[in-house]
Amino acid sequence: MSIDTETARKVAHLARIRVEEADLPALAGELSNILTFMEQLNEVDVSGVEPMTSVTPMRLKRRADVVTDGDIQEKVLSNAPDAREGFFAVPKVVE
Amino acid sequence: MSSNTLTIEAARDALRKREITSVELTEACLKAAGASTKLNAFVHHTPDLALEMAKAADARLASGDAPSMCGIPLGIKDLFCTRGVPSQAASNILSGFTPEYESTVTSKLFGDGAVMLGKLNMDEFAMGSSNENSAYGPAINPWRDGLTPGGSSGGSAAAVAADLCIAATGTDTGGSIRQPAAFTGTVGIKPTYGRVSRWGVVAYASSLDQAGPMTKSVRDAAIMLGSMAGHDAKDSTSADIAVPDFEAALTGDIRGKKIGIPREYRMDGMSDEIDALWRRGAEMLKDAGAQIVDISLPHTKYALPAYYVIAPAEASSNLARYDGVRYGMRATLNAGDDITDMYEKTRAKGFGKEVQRRVMVGAYVLSAGFYDAYYNRARKVRALIKRDFELAFADGVDAILAPATPTPAFEIGKKSDNPVEAYLNDVFTVTLNLAGLPGVSVPVGLSASGLPLGLQLIGQPWQEAELLNHAYVLEKSAGFVAKPAKWW
Repeated sequence: MSIDTETARKVAHLARIRVEEADLPALAGELSNILTFMEQLNEVDVSGVEPMTSVTPMRLKRRADVVTDGDIQEKVLSNAPDAREGFFAVPKVVE
Repeated sequence: MSSNTLTIEAARDALRKREITSVELTEACLKAAGASTKLNAFVHHTPDLALEMAKAADARLASGDAPSMCGIPLGIKDLFCTRGVPSQAASNILSGFTPEYESTVTSKLFGDGAVMLGKLNMDEFAMGSSNENSAYGPAINPWRDGLTPGGSSGGSAAAVAADLCIAATGTDTGGSIRQPAAFTGTVGIKPTYGRVSRWGVVAYASSLDQAGPMTKSVRDAAIMLGSMAGHDAKDSTSADIAVPDFEAALTGDIRGKKIGIPREYRMDGMSDEIDALWRRGAEMLKDAGAQIVDISLPHTKYALPAYYVIAPAEASSNLARYDGVRYGMRATLNAGDDITDMYEKTRAKGFGKEVQRRVMVGAYVLSAGFYDAYYNRARKVRALIKRDFELAFADGVDAILAPATPTPAFEIGKKSDNPVEAYLNDVFTVTLNLAGLPGVSVPVGLSASGLPLGLQLIGQPWQEAELLNHAYVLEKSAGFVAKPAKWW
């Protein structure tokens, strides 16, 4: 699978990573190289095999649906790059 | 001999006999760590906290209530969240992040009285095999300047090998405990998936990540794993299975045990040195009374490509949380930049090259139209890899012996140009993560160039006790005592 510049641009956007226009061809080359390596998987006969979903065959535990903490607004916001008046602040979203 | 060179076992016994105090032991480690700038292993030092913890440990030792880890100074991989202490997974995107909470693993260790010396270098978000993908710059192998200590737990391995601490925590997603242990002549065990809680450990690939100890001996690994392991309600994949006394399992008796030698691990182009080491390891186990059998794990070859689909897929999802809003850094924005600009600029500036690459590969293999061709196919191959091991164990194999790495430690900069070539480092280790099995790396010999070489033992699920006993036999037979000469 060869990745072209246009696909590289789309992937970068999907991943929400800004890639400068000039760097897209190099990125496309790197991604192609990695995907080619992955294509070895096409040699394997996987007919009738279920995709693995859990590492160990055990039921996930469920916990009681109750509140176990809270009132920690300050702690939650303490690492935010921009917190104001008890909220996370971001650039304007609504026009 | 300075006390920082002690093992956990020796330090524990000396502490209990009051031959040494935890404060003295901690001061010796802090001194060694403080004079190790060239190794770049410790990236955040916490001397005040360490001495405070050591004093508390001494009080506890005096009262007679002292678990094995009480008073033992540890280095903590930067991937573990530690309350009030920078925890940034060696990433610029988490610069300035100081968690308000403590990971379950460090809570358990500190609850048993262990002392934290500081945080250790690693590959960013645990993505890498040479510690070169780090916002702090590479850690250096104490065995020789200019060589990598391996990765991603490179700082942990370097710190243990150089006696900057008594032991360290590591994490292993594709070999990140076992490969650096092999490169530095130390011991590292990746437990069965679910044995150790992942809560508070910065996530890379959640179905593969496991934390484990990195130590100077197999007995130390058994002692420290006992403190780290156990069920945790905060990690839904943590197993509610009793934790045995791993240290008590070290009987040194493996008579009648069946050790499998997987023929597919004898790769084309494998060096004579690694091949000879592997044969020698098998001889040692045979001399101890084990039976050596050839086994086949036919899908081994596909473990690496499957891993490099699954791990990036999970990473792209896990790392979506770094958005410049809740923690860490936010890129400087221009007037008029919107929220998407904020995400894209922050992630471009905050993530290193390899992390960006894996996040993008993950986004691609999960995207519409490619999900079945890549991600689902990889998960099917993963099921086949796991089945290979299940069949071998069903045939009566107790443990599997394999090399830990294809080569000894290599030069920094040598493999960083080509990502696919760098991925080949993990060829002997990723299979276990895919299958969720425990594996331990034990130093067995020196290369022609005087560098440590390790072998890997692979165990059945939840049988870390038996696995460590096999490792203990291998360690005793190999008698590896070499240490790096101090140059740093």
